[in-house]
Amino acid sequence: MKEDDIVVCRCEEITLEEIRSWIGKGYRHFDELKRILRVGMGPCQGRGCRDIILRELSRATGEPMDKIDPGVIRPPVKPIKLGLCAYGKEGAPI
Amino acid sequence: MSENKSQNTKKTADVIIVGGGVHGASAAYHLAKEGIDAALFEKGYLSSGGSGRSAAGLRQHFGTEVNCRLAKYNLECFPTLQDDLGGELNLEFTQWGYLWVAYTDESMAQLEKNVSLQQSLDIPSEILTPEEMKRRWPYLNVERMIGAAFCAKDGHINPHTLTLAYGRAAEKLGARIFTYTPADKLLASGGKITGVQVAGEIWSAPRVLLTAGPWSTALAASVGVELPVTAERHNLLVTETIEPFECPMTLCLDDGAYFKQVPNGSFFFGRDDPDEPKTTESGNSAKFLEGVTKSVLQRIPALKGVRVVHQWSGPYDVTPDHQAIIDWTPVEGLWVNCGWSGHGLQFGPSGGRLAKEMFFGEHTFVDIHNFRLSRFAENDLFMEPAFI
Repeated sequence: MKEDDIVVCRCEEITLEEIRSWIGKGYRHFDELKRILRVGMGPCQGRGCRDIILRELSRATGEPMDKIDPGVIRPPVKPIKLGLCAYGKEGAPI
Repeated sequence: MSENKSQNTKKTADVIIVGGGVHGASAAYHLAKEGIDAALFEKGYLSSGGSGRSAAGLRQHFGTEVNCRLAKYNLECFPTLQDDLGGELNLEFTQWGYLWVAYTDESMAQLEKNVSLQQSLDIPSEILTPEEMKRRWPYLNVERMIGAAFCAKDGHINPHTLTLAYGRAAEKLGARIFTYTPADKLLASGGKITGVQVAGEIWSAPRVLLTAGPWSTALAASVGVELPVTAERHNLLVTETIEPFECPMTLCLDDGAYFKQVPNGSFFFGRDDPDEPKTTESGNSAKFLEGVTKSVLQRIPALKGVRVVHQWSGPYDVTPDHQAIIDWTPVEGLWVNCGWSGHGLQFGPSGGRLAKEMFFGEHTFVDIHNFRLSRFAENDLFMEPAFI
């Protein structure tokens, strides 16, 4: 398979080729790639792509995986409905 | 991006910029374009402070003339900015409008005052009745609203790609940008700025521009300059993407809540909370989720089944009159552009242009006398009424 056929981030449809290209331009942190490509910002919050991207960063920088900053994971960890946040189980009063 | 490469380069510059938010990156771009040797130091990645954490609204709705004039200039820049900066990054510029709604006579009177100022400066804002709002945006619940101010030309931009695009364009013009490279302190001697200490190393420059948002205060203090700029944490959430229907940025001065749809279909919700910690630390408040969703769903109930994917926070750099400080300091060669109090991102284009004009001692394209640092000592504050 070619690099541009391999989808690393399914939420935002970002390919391995795009990841490698931006790492090549000097962006060496997961949090930077997230700002440029939205990887990790979709509904899965990086569950699908984070490890693959960290491995790519490790390959590019020569740093072992455990030395690569995994970036920030934000609450709520799983997507939840806005109505549930506002009104709980009782549902909307309106 | 020249991370951790400061060992391999000369440690002098015509100008050192401290802080890689949109104002610092834009200043680097404008100065590099004039052939000035600029070096920028950023403690994280470009946009990692207040810029990238903002709600990224672009508006001309202000209640003071200088902000309206600068905002109008910025809105003239944004439509072509992506191409001007090389076209490599998608800035996601849209003009879906800004809608300020009022529930009290007091808020309505303020909006009317702001709009009449804006109209006198040829900003195309208008006052709307609740009936007109319902006609234009049928999904809004206008119950108990008295009216609103609306400007269709206002909009949104991606705050990360905006800042990163300025940085990349600056680098292509020869600026040196050092990310993950914090400035320890500024250096001065005999009342003049001499440089910056960066990770223990001395960098020399006859001019230093401080654009470090709420982090500017401590850095300015390192050379005895007092900035009345404090940090204030603000929260936002983003939802999953839904079909875009161009919902404008809708804000309410009465409870400090706002929401808008962004180009990929997600919604942003935000809400001011005076109990939030006064800190640059970007933590998360659980009570934010409940408060903001209650406020916003009351105005756009159709979103109740949409899911929130994450929340984040970032610091405002607040001044006593909610206005920026753009001025030379008493330390010769040191000037500042900070204290935007939550509406700074959209002033990035004008911020860079002003930095260039000040560097060369030119007349600034808009009179920025009101933003002077000495106004606090003179007790000559000029309050911005349209802040949220």
